[in-house]
Amino acid sequence: MRRSVSIAVLTVALATGVGTITVGQKNNLASAQQKPETTEVKIDNFSFGPATLTAPVGTTITWINRDDIPHTVVSTDGVFKSKVLDTDEKFSFTFSKSGTYPYFCSIHPKMTGKIIVQ
Amino acid sequence: MAGKLKDEILYDHNHDGIDRRGFLKCMAWAGTGALCVMSGGVLKSYSLSRLPELSSKNAMGELNFVQISDSHMGFNKPANPDVAGTLKAAVDKINALSVAPEFMLHTGDISHLSKPEEFDTVDQILKSARPKDVFYVPGEHDVLNDDGKQFLERYGKGSKGAGWYSFDKKGAHFIGLVNVMNLKAGGLGTLGHEQLEWLEDDVKHLKHSTPIVVFAHIPLWSVYPEWGWGTEDSAQALSYLKKFGSVTVLNGHIHQTLQKIEGNVTFHTAASTAFPQPEPGKAASPGPMKVPAEQLKNVLGITDVNYVQGQHALAVVDSTLA
Repeated sequence: MRRSVSIAVLTVALATGVGTITVGQKNNLASAQQKPETTEVKIDNFSFGPATLTAPVGTTITWINRDDIPHTVVSTDGVFKSKVLDTDEKFSFTFSKSGTYPYFCSIHPKMTGKIIVQ
Repeated sequence: MAGKLKDEILYDHNHDGIDRRGFLKCMAWAGTGALCVMSGGVLKSYSLSRLPELSSKNAMGELNFVQISDSHMGFNKPANPDVAGTLKAAVDKINALSVAPEFMLHTGDISHLSKPEEFDTVDQILKSARPKDVFYVPGEHDVLNDDGKQFLERYGKGSKGAGWYSFDKKGAHFIGLVNVMNLKAGGLGTLGHEQLEWLEDDVKHLKHSTPIVVFAHIPLWSVYPEWGWGTEDSAQALSYLKKFGSVTVLNGHIHQTLQKIEGNVTFHTAASTAFPQPEPGKAASPGPMKVPAEQLKNVLGITDVNYVQGQHALAVVDSTLA
């Protein structure tokens, strides 16, 4: 019991600390926060749609599996990797750096796609 | 006949007048699996769906075993909302065999999502089968999220690497291979260097007359690379088996029965106990086929008369039981 109290105190302290850092960074993030970009890639019929997606830095891409077979979203270069997504399950990743990010379904590797972040 | 069949894919349009009484029955019909009879070093394969037509003479051999595949336990979409029921139906057919098979091979996709309870359900259902020994290889659905750790813990005792192994039964040498790990973007199934080296060593000291049975999940021949239905480095694996007179390769993955004969090797894919998939290239994607009951007979099926006596000591086959 005593232990959980001290954890709670510690959590509050950490949360406060994190809050301070966030405030400090707010100005830097302001432009990204004004235009939050969320874009969806649909997985259907054993393909990613659109197969190539171009988005600005800071965009969060959400993949949603509309197939009746499970799929995964795995970066070819190891940048991101979803758990297996059953029907209607989603996976999101925020792209904070520009670049080209090829990815594929590790269960059905013929399924490939690409995110271009500018 | 044998010459004509060489290098030819044989689709499986059954012409056998199934009476259609409900979905489960149709699916059970579609997905049962195969009874394999080794006789004189020659493997014959019979669909379990036609057992009533199998004479006891046909079922006699020095070795009988059963192949089932692609149970996909946990799948619950319209193509088959009761995959446990269709697997049980397959077990019932296995238990009805006049000669009890010595063991079963399961060529992968035991589970749909690699969940422990899915494996548990299959284990439970297969416990009621008369053959007590089941030899497994993983499908890609069995190694999700954990690189196959759970599969190895459950089914891989005594195996090497990602779960490959071999064993001998009544003079025949059985080899279980794993081609669903470390799949690369844009690629096909892969065996990998370590497994290929093991295979070369495993068969090195066997007599050329030893009948070889290889089983793996993804076909070891290029059924339809556009859908990933093939294995990148299967040619190298098969090169180690060239010296043998009789080689049979059993696969699952594509949820339909196809066969092909190439030299001394007969390739054979088993139906799924769960749901059918379209013929190569006949649909936009290889997803599960939702088939109206009245059309099932046209798209699922068992193997046509197809006995082929090989030119070597080998032969093959999927035969009718008539």
